[in-house]
Amino acid sequence: MIRSDVQLMLDVKEGHDASFDLLLQRYRTPLVNFLYRMVRDVATAEDLAQEVFLRVYRARKQYSPTAKFTTWLFRIATNLALNSVRDNRHRMMEVSIDAPAGEDQAPMELPTREMRIDEHMAERDRAGFIRRAVASLPEKQRVAVLLHKYEEMDYGEIAKVLDCSESALKSLLFRAYETLRVQLAPLVSQSATQRAGEGRPL
Amino acid sequence: MNCQDVSNELIAYLDRRANSAERHDVEEHLAACADCRTRAEEFRKLWNVLDEMPVLEPSLGFNTRVRQSVAAKPRRNWFWWLVPQQRWAFSLALLLALSVWMARMPNTPTVATEDEDFNAIKDLGVLENYDVLTKFDALSELPQAPAAQPETPAEGSHTPDDNGGM
Repeated sequence: MIRSDVQLMLDVKEGHDASFDLLLQRYRTPLVNFLYRMVRDVATAEDLAQEVFLRVYRARKQYSPTAKFTTWLFRIATNLALNSVRDNRHRMMEVSIDAPAGEDQAPMELPTREMRIDEHMAERDRAGFIRRAVASLPEKQRVAVLLHKYEEMDYGEIAKVLDCSESALKSLLFRAYETLRVQLAPLVSQSATQRAGEGRPL
Repeated sequence: MNCQDVSNELIAYLDRRANSAERHDVEEHLAACADCRTRAEEFRKLWNVLDEMPVLEPSLGFNTRVRQSVAAKPRRNWFWWLVPQQRWAFSLALLLALSVWMARMPNTPTVATEDEDFNAIKDLGVLENYDVLTKFDALSELPQAPAAQPETPAEGSHTPDDNGGM
């Protein structure tokens, strides 16, 4: 029988470290991916994920199952990620305002509708293009999309993580997907063409 | 329901989390609005595109590092030294109490007169045993002091010292 997150966390509270290992195993990949998509650096994402688990463990005595475990987990992760992004941005500004921007700081190059998509893909890989489009979203929109699309959290949970109402969250998500729809239009239309060519329903 | 209303419910409709009433309203609007219908279709395609984002696997040592950090003692905060520890707190409290007690002691300065000073030192042991100093052997080798001169010598007379010095 699979124990729920809350049951495992209550075990950890009682001093069963084996249950903490199960939680670590269950959430390490989603957490590292969420953080990587937020901060765009693998080492930083792993450091932050490690810090999230550490905070969860240290707060075990005060844990009470008033909310879903994932809400708590991703709220900690979101706060750490946003702080890291802001600190890094501030540090980059301090280093040199005249220094040439690295790849991460370069303005995102989006293919125009006139540009052949295969030409663009010859320069930049498709996954990287998608990742940069998501990364270019405003912070709250980015968190909302990542938790909605990749973690499949429900609206109530995401709203708690972002500390906003559900209706505000729906509006936030709509604006985020609308931005991505425009930015990734070449890929979206290509996807439609491929599917039409394959004879599959959309 | 107009286009603006649909925009707030469209995502919930597409991910099948809208309730039946909301679904009905959105479907009714989509049937009548070509722009919103196109947008809804493109959102579905967009989600397929977003699925192409690769999944990153944590590095091999990740679990070990987490376990090590969990097992390590928590680091002290920068303000740890402000936290009163029992011994230090007791010592400081004792010192403070002593300072307050000493500060509140009656302060009665005494004005010492010459007579009081003399009375205070006249009983000192060294003075009581002054004879010991006078009978000290080394003192006996010193030349004897000349006989006491009269307090008021005669006018015009000179002392031997005066002559020797001329």
